[in-house]
Amino acid sequence: MIELTEVTKRFGGTTAPAVDRLTLTVADGEVVVLVGPSGCGKTTTLKMINRLIEPTSGTISIDGVDVTGLEPHELRRGIGYVIQQIGLFPHRTVRENIATVPRLLGWDRARIERRVRELAETTDLGDDMLDRYPSELSGGQRQRVGVARALAADPPILLMDEPFGAVDPIVRAKLQDELLELQRRLRKTIVLVTHDIDEAIKLGDRVAILSVGGHLEQYAPPEELLRAPANDFVADFLGSDRGIKRLSLIRIADIDLEPGPVVPPGTDVDRARAVMAGYDTDWVAVVDGDRMLGWVTNDGLDGRSTIDGVDLEPFVTRLTPNNTLEEALDAAISSHTAIAAVFDGERFLGMITVERISREIVR
Amino acid sequence: MIAQAADQPFVRWDWIVDHVDDIWAATWEHIVLTAIAVGVGFVISLALSMLALRHRRAYGPITWVTGILYTIPSLALFAFLVPITGLTTLTAEIGLVSYTLLILIRNIVAGIDGVPASVRESAVGMGYTRRRLFLEIELPLALPVIVAGIRIAAVTTIGLVTITALIGKGGLGFLILRGLNLFYSPVGTTQIVVGTVMSVILAVAVDLSLVGAERAMTPWSRRRSR
Amino acid sequence: MIDFVGDVVAWFLDPVNWVGSGGIVSRTWEHVQISAFSTVAAAAVALPPAIWMGHRRRGGIVAVAVVNIGRAVPSFAIIALALPISIRLGLGLGFWPTFLALFALALPPMFTNTYTGIAEVDPALVEAARGMGMTETQITTRVEIPVAAPVIVTAIRVSAVQVVATATLAALVAWGGLGRFIIDGFAIQDNVMVFAGGLLVAGLAIATELAFAAFERRFVPTTTGRSAGEELLVDVTVAPQHG
Repeated sequence: MIELTEVTKRFGGTTAPAVDRLTLTVADGEVVVLVGPSGCGKTTTLKMINRLIEPTSGTISIDGVDVTGLEPHELRRGIGYVIQQIGLFPHRTVRENIATVPRLLGWDRARIERRVRELAETTDLGDDMLDRYPSELSGGQRQRVGVARALAADPPILLMDEPFGAVDPIVRAKLQDELLELQRRLRKTIVLVTHDIDEAIKLGDRVAILSVGGHLEQYAPPEELLRAPANDFVADFLGSDRGIKRLSLIRIADIDLEPGPVVPPGTDVDRARAVMAGYDTDWVAVVDGDRMLGWVTNDGLDGRSTIDGVDLEPFVTRLTPNNTLEEALDAAISSHTAIAAVFDGERFLGMITVERISREIVR
Repeated sequence: MIAQAADQPFVRWDWIVDHVDDIWAATWEHIVLTAIAVGVGFVISLALSMLALRHRRAYGPITWVTGILYTIPSLALFAFLVPITGLTTLTAEIGLVSYTLLILIRNIVAGIDGVPASVRESAVGMGYTRRRLFLEIELPLALPVIVAGIRIAAVTTIGLVTITALIGKGGLGFLILRGLNLFYSPVGTTQIVVGTVMSVILAVAVDLSLVGAERAMTPWSRRRSR
Repeated sequence: MIDFVGDVVAWFLDPVNWVGSGGIVSRTWEHVQISAFSTVAAAAVALPPAIWMGHRRRGGIVAVAVVNIGRAVPSFAIIALALPISIRLGLGLGFWPTFLALFALALPPMFTNTYTGIAEVDPALVEAARGMGMTETQITTRVEIPVAAPVIVTAIRVSAVQVVATATLAALVAWGGLGRFIIDGFAIQDNVMVFAGGLLVAGLAIATELAFAAFERRFVPTTTGRSAGEELLVDVTVAPQHG
């Protein structure tokens, strides 16, 4: 657990503090993202944790031990550190770069080699990559080496300063997904700095929004931030589309589904048409218990007395409770019916409508 | 006597063949004088550079003083030293060393300043101590720029060594001076040519070996696929 | 030691050492004269092709080779070689061998620094000039030369200082100059004269450097955005050697 208590940093010669009496706790195994406009002290805060910057006042402790009581270089060897420009050593191969901290810690050769291979696998770097120099890698590969190097001595804490700021958006999204996947397995305590609110929402278990001068405006899980911004600054920083952003954080399982325009087998056509009218659609689905048989348009019912025997179409887009509302919205809109069906395996659970999703946006 | 010169050969090959030992001795002395000057100059420069890197305010005065030393013509510098240290190797070396300082200090400091801030930050962030950072990260990365400085210093020194002939040393410069005194005869011009050519060969050879040494020591700067 | 300093001061105070054909005034004039001639001649020969090649941005390898060769040939050797060559050309002792040597010495740094200065003018600037309809000659005279002016002046300064330094050796080929006091002093083992000569030579070299620096500050606008320190770095990397 990392605890910052009343931490203040004033840089020499300035009167306004860069960080002002910041109190923040990071629990073990959680990803905390520090986000805010430039000048908000987020990077300063990060660097005070591994003492690249010394606080002017206040205390920072890791697992109850005050970091100022430790030798700075010893402290740093126990904390992974990744920066935007990555800072790979250009004169050392990928293997040697990854082995940096283990070597500083004096591990024996065999153990280092084992660890390097393990990390190359973890971070998806091919064995042939290990003997290359950083100048021979792509931006994404360099970033992976940077992460592997930070993880080398298996530190419980990882500090990341704009780790994906220098790569293009497509690679960035991929690296973000990789980090989440890595974190699911490794459960490190991660403090990550970014100026990109979308990145913060995507990666953070909790997000700390800072304003200029190092004021903590709000510290909460992303869903809570988006649902209930503490003040105008936070609301502004999240942007006017924060409702839409929130959709990516809510799973279908979290909301109540509607039955949708469904009828059981044997229903007569007049009854089925009444159900359609109730939902203002021109189609109806036939469900036997929790089994979805398919759907048929209004025209397909012409000249029939009951729903039985008509040609039913299958649902192509099938959502699961694990999908987010963002994905549900996408499916509902592109299905032209403005309704999407949700299944758990073969079991039909219910329908989700655009109206239902938009109620979540405005909440 | 001067009028005859035009009819005579410029270079007498038989003189060269007869004096191979002399030429080799002069070349060897040249190498030794150069090596001492560059070696001592490098050690002093490294110390002054580390001082300048640690206390930035010292860099101005250091380059100012070494810059003045660099501007003073070598013969004038020897003129200042001869009344104190006499016509000795010490006099020659003091002069030669002082000319290497500005070049070497500039390049060492520029080389270390050129290490990317991100590399330094990540090294410190991973727990490098100041000493290990200097020896294992900064110095190797500054190597190409430092070697570039050593190359200029070495080639410059090889040229300057010839002038120490005027204070009784000189290596190949001794051949040139002796030739200059016999400038009207083929024996004289031959010695000037031999001294010059050998000194150029020496400069090129030293330069190329330093390039080779640098390439061997910096394998990372050669491979670049992207 | 105190005596020695006193002797040097006395040497400077003695009017005999100032006047006449071998006096300080006439020796300084000889020194300045030959240095100026050689530098101007070298500039006249080196700058046009350097500017032309720099404009075409071709011949970078030649430029590097020229300065490297220039640095590898000792200035003392150039002076020594100039003497028999001058005699064979029928130009005799004294002025001509000195001139030839100093001229040859000043060419490489002048050529290479000028070439580099012109070739390193921001290509976007040249393209903009071309886009506005300037001819190639106009681009060179109105854009490249003004922008590269500080580097070109530095090139001339580096060569001039080197020429002044090497002109000291002119005494060896029967030209005068301030080097005479040192060379003659060595010959008659007069340390006072040697030391006084050293002071005069060093003073002239530093004065040349300062005069150019003052000229640059006064008349040459900074166009490259380089700091003074970086500009000095240029001198050191391309300056061949001293005399």
